[in-house]
Amino acid sequence: MTSVRKDNYGKINRDKAVSFTWDNKEYSGYEGDSLASALLANDIKIVGRSFKYHRPRGVMSSGVEESGALVTIGSGSKRDPNVRATTQELYEGLDAKGQNAFPSVNFDFGGINNYLGRFFAAGFYYKTFMGLPPFEWGKGTGIWMVFEKIIRKAAGMGKASREPDPDSYEHSNDFCDVLVVGSGPAGVAAAKETANQNLNVILIEQDSLLGGNNLADRKFDPSLLQKQLESYGVRVMSRTTAFGVYDNTVVGALERVTDHISNPNTSLPRQRFRTIRAKHIILASGALERHIAFNNNDIPGVMTANAARHYLNRYGVLTGKNIVITTNNDSVYQTAIELHEAGSKVTILDSRKDISMDLPKEIELHLETLPFSINGSKKIQSLDVCKAKDKTNKYTIICDQVLVSGGWSPIVNLVSHRGIEPVWNEENLCFVPGDIKENITVVGSARGIWNNDDCVESGIVGANEAMNTLGIDRKEISFPSVGGWSNSIDALYEVKSNKFPSKSFIDFQHDVTAEDVRLAHREGFVSVEHLKRYTTLGMANDQGKMGNIIGLSLMAEQLDKTIPEVGTTVFRPPYTPVPIGALTGRNVDKHFRPLRVTPMHQWNIDHGAKMIDVGLYQRPWYYPENNETLSDSYIREATIVRKTVGICDVTSLGKIAIQGPDATELVNRIYTNPFAKLPIGKARYGIMLRDDGIVMDDGTSWRLGENEYFMTTSTAAAAKVMSWLEELLQTRWTDLKVNVTSVSEQWAGAAIAGPKSRDVLNECVFDPNEITNENLPFMGVLQTKLKDGTPCRVVRISFSGELAYEMYIESDYAHGMMDILWENAQKYDGCLYGLEALGALRVEKGHVTAAELDGRVTIDDAGLGKMASTKKSYIGSAMRKRGVLSADDREMLVGFFPINEKETFNAGTIVCEKNQIEGQGVGRITSVTHSPELGHWIGIGFVKGGLEKWKDITLVGADPVRDKQMEIKVVSPHMIDPEGKRMYA
Amino acid sequence: MIRIKCPYCGERDHSEFTYGSDASIKYPALDAPESEWTQAIFFRENIRGMQKETWHHTNGCRLWLEVERSTITHEIKSVKACHPQIEKITKSKL
Ligand SMILES: [Zn+2]
Repeated sequence: MTSVRKDNYGKINRDKAVSFTWDNKEYSGYEGDSLASALLANDIKIVGRSFKYHRPRGVMSSGVEESGALVTIGSGSKRDPNVRATTQELYEGLDAKGQNAFPSVNFDFGGINNYLGRFFAAGFYYKTFMGLPPFEWGKGTGIWMVFEKIIRKAAGMGKASREPDPDSYEHSNDFCDVLVVGSGPAGVAAAKETANQNLNVILIEQDSLLGGNNLADRKFDPSLLQKQLESYGVRVMSRTTAFGVYDNTVVGALERVTDHISNPNTSLPRQRFRTIRAKHIILASGALERHIAFNNNDIPGVMTANAARHYLNRYGVLTGKNIVITTNNDSVYQTAIELHEAGSKVTILDSRKDISMDLPKEIELHLETLPFSINGSKKIQSLDVCKAKDKTNKYTIICDQVLVSGGWSPIVNLVSHRGIEPVWNEENLCFVPGDIKENITVVGSARGIWNNDDCVESGIVGANEAMNTLGIDRKEISFPSVGGWSNSIDALYEVKSNKFPSKSFIDFQHDVTAEDVRLAHREGFVSVEHLKRYTTLGMANDQGKMGNIIGLSLMAEQLDKTIPEVGTTVFRPPYTPVPIGALTGRNVDKHFRPLRVTPMHQWNIDHGAKMIDVGLYQRPWYYPENNETLSDSYIREATIVRKTVGICDVTSLGKIAIQGPDATELVNRIYTNPFAKLPIGKARYGIMLRDDGIVMDDGTSWRLGENEYFMTTSTAAAAKVMSWLEELLQTRWTDLKVNVTSVSEQWAGAAIAGPKSRDVLNECVFDPNEITNENLPFMGVLQTKLKDGTPCRVVRISFSGELAYEMYIESDYAHGMMDILWENAQKYDGCLYGLEALGALRVEKGHVTAAELDGRVTIDDAGLGKMASTKKSYIGSAMRKRGVLSADDREMLVGFFPINEKETFNAGTIVCEKNQIEGQGVGRITSVTHSPELGHWIGIGFVKGGLEKWKDITLVGADPVRDKQMEIKVVSPHMIDPEGKRMYA
Repeated sequence: MIRIKCPYCGERDHSEFTYGSDASIKYPALDAPESEWTQAIFFRENIRGMQKETWHHTNGCRLWLEVERSTITHEIKSVKACHPQIEKITKSKL
């Protein structure tokens, strides 16, 4: 036993034992433990296997920067991979497993990769793309295709669950004057100071306990701090990580609501995604201790020095019996003393020469001494050390733990999110935040201030800065200067070894070694951004929190430059991983997007409709009788419409009320066809173009009065047309006196189509003789009332090509209208028809919809050129014939028949010439249906040169997606009743 | 994370709005020649700095707004209703 729980140490609750499982074995810890501290208390040293080489790894830190102890929590649909054991709170029944290993992290077959290191060096993946080295270099990617699956299986860390996520997540918005990120001494001082001025202050802390690095202090009590802050009026959010800083002082934060609870209340979300809008942000995000690269610096038992202090004073775990601390700075000495007092034998290796430190005589201090190589594979047996001046002067120290401190890096990640480049501080060998022009202030060790008292003072200065931006005058005091150690830090990043194979790791999580950086340099990757991508340094989910600076220093050495000359890579959000589920929040399943239903939705369902999603709408698809299939049903429905009459819900069309003295002028300017002389009581079909001359939408407008129109748009373009009219009236034609109002929700509509439609209507309206050809001619509009007196609007309009009408009624009366229409339609052997039959009827007539008007089609392409007025100007008129839009070989609307009448085809089929079945062909089929009238499949679509060019020529419909091909011919899109005799009847 | 102070509704999140286009464009008359329309539709300055643009308060009052926004920092300098009459009314309200 080398790592043990100590009595009288730690902030854990020893009255509450917590049992958990690790790799299916049961262990025990205490409330307040992290998974890592509980594993260490049970002397479990190997907790993971590394990414490429499958080397045993242990706990290397005590926080979010962890890159060794990545584990999988839970199982089944709750399985969560790559969880940092150092930040996972222990709870009763927690089920954790090692990952990236088979059969277990203790004994892993993948460990063989450790000996194949040459194949897995930097750039391995890229080279494999070029052919397997060295046999196939330059021979292309063929070999990659073969090996990809095997490599993907072998590499990679934990495996995510393939099942749907059973947890719920939520989004939350918060507002405050001052947001403080971090609850260390600087953050707490800033929060108190600002809250004291009655400002609305939020303090967020990623940890479950407040205190930041004070938690590593034996005497510090975090519970007092929580109460204190609350008494100041600070809103404290713990277990909440600020993962990104965005424009306008907005912070994205992730709150872990139940990740620490064994059986959470199911009404709680697992995590909460918070968008916090602050007027000023104070970043007290702290600093992270760095490692030093030397041979075998990843053997379980290696950890940062400060982490060992955390484990001792926060969790009561003494992590080693015989500890060597290796450092280049002052920060480890307090730790050394405390570890010694707790009962360990402690030896310090300091790379520096003349330093003065008061140490108990039992602690051995070796000056000008460096760590050279760790002996041992699954655990540390001893450490070879060497003298700084003479690396051949070596000796061995027996130990079971090596603690490392290579200096400290302020967490500048969040500032970097704002595009602010950090500045290298040569004296303290760290990047500190650059000049910030936004309302963001960095305080504490995040700006490179090391001493507790200085941190507190910097928090107060930061608070003053925030108050000045918020209009509370405070005298400007300057920040304590960067640094604060009594002896200066030594530039030690790597201890080079002549051993082979030497593995000095700089990015533990991605198994990037010092040698990889040199290899990348030899192969010509000299920019840091290229280095990062080639070696994958800093690209693991710790984002280079531990390895970046060492990587930069090695690159600087190779390039014979300084670190600031080499520069640093940009940090991007998120600071720590954010689950996709949290980003999605409640927008899943049925809540993914709003559902729109028509006022007769229930009526349709009650009458047997099968529904289909069309955009946001649910619309009747077909009305099966006696277990009919979709195709049986729609063919029957379409047949009945052409024979007698059918009723169809068309409410989803967009409806706009246009009112005002300039209503006619507006309508006339936006449609291509003339509207100026449309008489009251008449409707007209119209086409709208975009500014650039492409068709935007088609629809109808009915003139209800001198200054009033009722416009219908397609379902798909309803919102777009409304916004468009508003834009025109508010930004371009501000002198027009006209108002537009969306009334889509206010009116319910039904189509009554078929030769018997007039008879049905007369049975439904108040005056049974009202609907005649004279009274209501084609495109006529009638404002009348139903038999029961309910006012309604009727227009004679046809999408099916039959004698047909549309009736609109106030939405609240939709069921009543449908009842009356349906009751009377049945007297004429009519039917209800859905979208599928509607589609069949319109394809037979060659009417276009959004499938055809896809934003690439001109009015001429759609065969509607005669609707483009030459006597007036309108939106798009100047542009509709520009250059390419009037080319000879444009695709024009046509109809398609299969040559063999038994053949079917699908929308999306590519139309090709017989001997040239390739590429984009000469056209495409956009809509298809079985035509009950013609007795075979038909389609409409586009072909270059139109009907004229391809009449009587056999073409091929190619459908490579469905692996289908058929011979087709081009016909007129107007396949039924081209003269429109039925419609005008 | 833009927030826009709608002169009618007050400060709202950008998710309530839809971006329109460059507000400095003067659209030609409908009967203007193709060349003028081409210039208005296809040619845009790629401004680095303050830019006038239109935004539609789609999920709000449905006003079209002229917003002066920095393309570098997203800082919003001014917001007003595009329609001059509406601008007068909303201004006096404030
Ligand atoms: Zn508004």
